[in-house]
Amino acid sequence: MQATSLKPLKGMKFRQGHARKTQILVLVVIFTNVLGNVSLSHGMHQVGRIVSASPLDYLRAFANPWTALGICVLVVWMLSDLALLSRADLSFVLPVTASAYVLVAIGGHFILHDHISWERWTGIAFITLGAILAEETPDRTTNGSPERRL
Amino acid sequence: MRWLLVAIIAVCNTLGDVLNTAGMKRQGEVEDLRPRSFVAMVKRILRNPLVLGGFAALAVSFFALLSLLSISSVSFAVPATAISYLLETLLAKYILGEDVRLRRWAAATLVALGVVMLSF
Repeated sequence: MQATSLKPLKGMKFRQGHARKTQILVLVVIFTNVLGNVSLSHGMHQVGRIVSASPLDYLRAFANPWTALGICVLVVWMLSDLALLSRADLSFVLPVTASAYVLVAIGGHFILHDHISWERWTGIAFITLGAILAEETPDRTTNGSPERRL
Repeated sequence: MRWLLVAIIAVCNTLGDVLNTAGMKRQGEVEDLRPRSFVAMVKRILRNPLVLGGFAALAVSFFALLSLLSISSVSFAVPATAISYLLETLLAKYILGEDVRLRRWAAATLVALGVVMLSF
């Protein structure tokens, strides 16, 4: 009797815990994306022009500490993104994690004193609205593997 | 050269994300966020052809992005990915079988437009 009455509560608790872990992964994906790309971009500008098919030219770029740091952070981003994709829909993850663009723009404005034009403010508003809209949908709408289709 | 790199980034990014999503769903959910779970996830990925294929596509996209960043500003690289938001949402619906309704289409469209606006 007691077990039956506790069952729905347990299910709700599980779903809340599941949703919270997914939200934590979303935050890790967003922040590592921002830190990794900013660091990588800074490093590549120090390295200079590379348009080459030779892996050696890219290895030279990896010797730059900013590029190396950027790549390390992007490895963490990749792993957390894969963990997130194991739990949530791609069409949910994409708009929600696009908040990274907003962080880069706002961070540039307040830290580097970049000017933000009205077009860029509109872009920030669009992305924020898109992320909120996606966040309001269920994080997963599929059951099991999509391999039947592949 | 720039637009060729932009096209390579968009196509390979889309292919990589769709393959990774399919592969990770096949592999099963990462239940908890402890480092041990991530090590187990990586071990399973090494035997997962879909995710390995996704990595290959993302690697091509990454090197194209490095080239693009070295010849132009980061603002030129950003719109390259805008188109992949809509393409990936389309493939998420028709290949991955996700329930993409008006709200998610609106979200993807707003993000794609927003990414383009941010580059101004």
